[in-house]
Amino acid sequence: MKIKYLVVVLIMAAVILAGCAPAATEVPVVPTEKPVVPTKAPTMAPTEAPMEPVELRFEYYADGIEADVIQPLLDKFMEAYPYITVVLDVVPYKTIDEQLPVQVESGEGPDLARITNFGAYKGKLLDLRPYLADAAYFEANFPAPVLTAVGFGGYPDTFTVTGPYVNKTLFDQAGITIPGEGTTWAEWTDLTKQVAEATQVQYAISIDRTGHRFAGPAMSMGATLINADNGFTVDTPGFRAFAEVVKGWFDEGITPAEVWLGAEPVNSCISTFKSGQLVMCMSGSWQINGVANDVGDSFDWVVVPNPTGAGGSTGIAGGSAVVAFADTEHPEEVAMLVEFLIQPENYGAFSAGTLALPAQKEVAQNGVDFNTENTSVLAALSAYTAEVPKLTDQAVALNVHPYAFAYYRNSANRIAQYLSGELTLDEMLVNLQADIDKAIAEAQ
Amino acid sequence: MIPWITRARDAISWFFNWVYDLIISLTDLFFNTIQRIFGMRSMPYVFVLPNLLIFGIFILFPMLLNFVYAFTGGSSFSPLDRPGVGTANFDRLLACENFLDPNTCGEDLFWRAVYNTIGYVVFQVALMVLFALITALILNRKIKARGFFRSVFFYPVLLSPIVVALLWKWILQENGLINGILTSFGQDKIPFLVNADWARILVIMISVWAFMGFYTLILLAGLQSIPADLYEAASIDGANPWQSFSNITMPLLMPTMIVVLVLSLIRAVQVFDIVFAFTGGGPGTATLFLVQYIYNYGFSSPNKQFGIAAAASLLMAGVLIVLTVVQLAVRKEEN
Amino acid sequence: MAKILGFLRRTKGHKKLDITDVISYLYLGMGVIVMFGPVIWLILSSFKTSGEIVKFPPRLLPYRQDTVTLPDYEDPLPLYKITFEDGTTQILAQVRRIGLEAQMVDPENPTGIIKVNINQRQPVESVYFGLENYIEGVESFDFGKYLLNSMVVTVVATLLTLLVNSMAAFALSKYKFRGRQTIFMVMISTLMVPLSVVLVPVYLVITNVGWSNNLLGIIIPAAATPTGVFLLRQYMLTIPDDLIDAARIDGSSEWRIYAQIILPLAKPALAVLTIFSVMWRWNDFLWPLIVLSRSEFFTLQVGLASFQGELNVQWNLILAMTVLTLLPITMVFAFLEKYITTGIATTGMK
Repeated sequence: MKIKYLVVVLIMAAVILAGCAPAATEVPVVPTEKPVVPTKAPTMAPTEAPMEPVELRFEYYADGIEADVIQPLLDKFMEAYPYITVVLDVVPYKTIDEQLPVQVESGEGPDLARITNFGAYKGKLLDLRPYLADAAYFEANFPAPVLTAVGFGGYPDTFTVTGPYVNKTLFDQAGITIPGEGTTWAEWTDLTKQVAEATQVQYAISIDRTGHRFAGPAMSMGATLINADNGFTVDTPGFRAFAEVVKGWFDEGITPAEVWLGAEPVNSCISTFKSGQLVMCMSGSWQINGVANDVGDSFDWVVVPNPTGAGGSTGIAGGSAVVAFADTEHPEEVAMLVEFLIQPENYGAFSAGTLALPAQKEVAQNGVDFNTENTSVLAALSAYTAEVPKLTDQAVALNVHPYAFAYYRNSANRIAQYLSGELTLDEMLVNLQADIDKAIAEAQ
Repeated sequence: MIPWITRARDAISWFFNWVYDLIISLTDLFFNTIQRIFGMRSMPYVFVLPNLLIFGIFILFPMLLNFVYAFTGGSSFSPLDRPGVGTANFDRLLACENFLDPNTCGEDLFWRAVYNTIGYVVFQVALMVLFALITALILNRKIKARGFFRSVFFYPVLLSPIVVALLWKWILQENGLINGILTSFGQDKIPFLVNADWARILVIMISVWAFMGFYTLILLAGLQSIPADLYEAASIDGANPWQSFSNITMPLLMPTMIVVLVLSLIRAVQVFDIVFAFTGGGPGTATLFLVQYIYNYGFSSPNKQFGIAAAASLLMAGVLIVLTVVQLAVRKEEN
Repeated sequence: MAKILGFLRRTKGHKKLDITDVISYLYLGMGVIVMFGPVIWLILSSFKTSGEIVKFPPRLLPYRQDTVTLPDYEDPLPLYKITFEDGTTQILAQVRRIGLEAQMVDPENPTGIIKVNINQRQPVESVYFGLENYIEGVESFDFGKYLLNSMVVTVVATLLTLLVNSMAAFALSKYKFRGRQTIFMVMISTLMVPLSVVLVPVYLVITNVGWSNNLLGIIIPAAATPTGVFLLRQYMLTIPDDLIDAARIDGSSEWRIYAQIILPLAKPALAVLTIFSVMWRWNDFLWPLIVLSRSEFFTLQVGLASFQGELNVQWNLILAMTVLTLLPITMVFAFLEKYITTGIATTGMK
C-alpha cells in the first residue's frame, strides 16, 4: 500500500514539476521594440535602418568587480542603441579557460568574450578593422603584439604585471625593514623566514601555481624561455635555479603546500596572504582590488619590486582581452560595441573602476583617475606601474605567444610533480619539454 | 486513524488513479492505432524502441565514434576533420621502455594513472568488502535496533561524492580536526592532503567510508537468506562458531560475495568524482586515476588531445568488459 | 533502568552477556561515531565565523567575539580582555588597529582613547550559532537555482527511466519476438560501457543535437540504464502470464495491458528503480560537469564543486553550502529509509 503511494506521488510530483520547470531550454527572448533611429556618437560606425532587434552574448569572467564596472558601460551603450541588447554572461574563469574553446569550435560560442588564452582562438576571431568607423584609432592605441595575437579581433581590456605582495605589518612587528629594489630571491626567502618566526606566522613565502607567475622570477634569474624557433626551451640555468629556490621553500616547510599540491589546478597564494598567514605572495596586479577589499584594515600591505637576479628584475606582462568571434551573426553590432568600449572616456572609466592598469595608450597618457581613496591601493598601482619599464622583451612576448598556454598549464603540473618529490629536477625538465613540444606539434 | 485523514487519503488516491487512467486512455489512442495497423507482433518492437533509441544514440554510436577518435589524430573536435593515423595513439600510450617505471614511458601520466588505479582498486575493494562483511555478520546477529544501525552505515552512501570529499577535506586539513586531536596528544601535525602517500591512503579510506554501507546491505540480505536450521543442525552436531562460519556461511554466501566483489571492482576502476573534489589528482599526480586522465585530455587541459583520450577510454573499456563478463558468468551459474 | 539492562542482555538467545555481543555493540557504537561524527562536525563547523575557522586547534562549538555598540561610534566595536603589565585585566572595546597598536575605549566610560599593544589583547567570546555563513554563502552560491535544477533533472530523468526501462523490460519478458536475445544481450553489454568510457563522443553527440548547456543533455543520455531493464525484467518474469492472456481475450490493447496490469504489479521493482535513479541522478557529477558551462544550469553538485574551486580557502562559506547540499538527501533518507534499505537488499540478491 505504502509503496503504491510512493510511486504515484512521485509521478504526480514529477508531472507537476516538469510542467512548471523553468524554461531552461529557451534562449532569452530578445525584447521586441519598435526600431528607433539611434543617436550616434561622432565616431560610431553608420547604422542601417530598419533595425531588427539584435542580441549580443558577451561571455565574461571577473577576478574582482569587473562585471559590476562594465555593466553601466553596457547600459550606456544599449541606451544609445536601443535595438541592441548586450547580455553579459558572467561565468567562472574555469569555464572560459576549459569550455569556451570547445563551445567556439562546435559553433555554440558567444558573440564576444573576455579571454586570456589568445592562442586558443587562432583563426576564430573576427577581424574588426573593416567594420570599425575609425580602424586607425584602434590600431594606434593598443600594443601591436597584442593586436596581432588576437588577429585584430578585439582589444586588451586590462594590462597586468606580476609582482609580490608583502605583509608590512608583520615586517614591522618583527622589526625588519622591507628591502627595496635589487633584492634577490634568496634574500627575500631569508628575510620572510625571519619575519615568520618572529611573529609566529605559519608561512613565509609562496608563489601562485601557474607557469605564468613562475616565468618572471625564472627570467630574472637568467632564464630565456622562448627560443630562436619561437618554441620553448625550459632547461636553462635560470629556470633550474628558481625551481630549486621554490623546492627549498617546500623542503623547509615555510610555504603553504596546498597552493601547489592541492586539488585546484590553478591556484593562488593570495587567499592565504589575505588571511594574514603568509608574509609574501608572488602574484599579480589584478589582485589589488580583492586584496584591498578582503584585507580591509586588518593589516598593512605593500607591493614590492620584483626580486633581482642575473637576468634583471622582471615580472610577466599579461592581461585579458575582449574579443569578437568570427562566426557571430552580427559583426557590425559587435564592432559598434567594441568601438564604444575603446573610447577613452569608456575605457578610462573601466580602468578607474576596476583599478586595472590601462593598455589603451591615450588613456595611459592622460592618466587614470583611479576610483579609490585607499592609499594602499594607490601605492600598489604605482608600484606596479613602476615595474612596467623593467619588463624584458621575453616577458612581454610570453603572454601573447601563440602557444603560451601549452607552457603555462603543463609547467604548473610538472613543477608540482617536482615539488611533491615525484620527479627529480632533471626528470621534470625533460618531461616538461616533451609535453610542450607535443602540444605545439599537435596544434599545428 | 482519524477518519478524515483516511477519507482524505482515499480521495487523493482516487484522484491520482483517475488521472492515471486518463493518461493511459489518451496514450492508448496512439498505441492502439499502431497495434491495429501493424498487428500485435509489432508491439514488442514498439515497446523496446525508446530504450533502444536512447541506447543507440547515446551509448552505441558514441562507442563507435570512440574508435574513430582513437584511430585519428589532429586537434579538431569534429571527427570529420581528423586525419587517420592508424594505431599511432595506441603506440604512443603503450610506448614504454620499462613498463614498471612510468618515467621511461612516453605518456608517463597515462602509466601513472594506470598504476594508481590498480593500487586503488586492489586495496579499496579488499578493505571495503572486508568491512562490509564484518558489519553484515554483526548486523545479522540478534541485536536490538538493527534497523537503526543498518541506516547508520548506509547514510554515507547517500551523500554525494562531492559532499563526502569536501567533508573529509575539512576534517583532514592542516588545521583540521584530526590534526587538532594529534597535537593534543603531543604529536606533530601531519600534512595529509599534500603528502603523496597519505593522499593515496586517504582516498581509499574515504571511499570505503562512503560506499561500504551499500555492500553491507547486500551481504546482509545474503546472510539472512541462509536458513537458520542449518546453523542449528551444525551446533547440535557439535560444530564451533568458526566451523559453522567456514562450512556454512562462506560457501552459501559466496555467490553474493562474488556479485559484491565484481560490482565494487567495476565501480572502483571508474573512480573519479570523489578524488577530483578531494585532491584533484594531486599532490603532483599521486592520486591521478584513469578517468581523470581521460577527462584531462578530453576536456580540461589547454591542449586537448581527443585521440589519446579515446584510445585510453578503449583500453579502460577492455578491462571493464573482462570484469563484466566474469560477473555475468557467475550470475548465469547461479540461475 | 531495568529495561536497559534487559535490552543489553537480550542477546544470542542466551540470558548472559557474551563477549562477542560486547564486541558487536562496541563495533556498532564505533560505527555510529565514524559514520555520523564527520557530518556532525561539518554542521557544527559551518556556524563558525571565518576568523574562528582558521583557529588552531579547532574548538568544538562555534564562538563569536562579543561586540558593544557605543553612542559615538557607527559600527559595533569588538570587545577584548586586556592584560596590563601590572597583571590587572580589563575589558575594552577596540576602535581601530594601526600596526602594532590598538586604540581602545572603555565601554563604561567611552571618553578617552587608550592605546594598547595588540599582543596584550584577548578576544571576549561566547557561543554563537550564527547564520551569517549561510546568508552570505547563498548570495554568491545560487542554492535555490541549483536545487531546482537538480530536482528537475532528478524527477524528469527518473520518470523517463521508469517509463522507458519498464516498456523495454515488458517486451523482453513477456513476448517472444525475433531479435529478443540479441537486443537483451546488447543492452546488457552496455554495463561494460559506462559513461566514463564514451565521454568525448557523447559530448560531441550532445553538442550536435544542441543539448549542451541544457538540462536535457543530462536527463536523456542516462535514461536507458541496463541495470533498470535487467531489474524490471527479472521481476516481470515472475508475473503469471494468465493475467495477460485473460486480458487479451477480453479485448484489451497491449498498451493497456502494460499500463494497467503489468505496471501496477511491478510496483516493488519500480520503487527500487526509482530509489536508485534518484540517488544516481542527484549525485551525478562528471557528466553535468562536462555538459554544463553556464552557471544558471548547474546542478547542486557541480555548483558546489565550482563554488569550492573559486573560493578556495573561504571554508566558512564552503562548509555552509556543503551542509545545504546534503540536507535534501538527508531529509529524503529520514522519511524513506526503510524502503531504501530493504529495496537495495532485495535487488542485490538478484
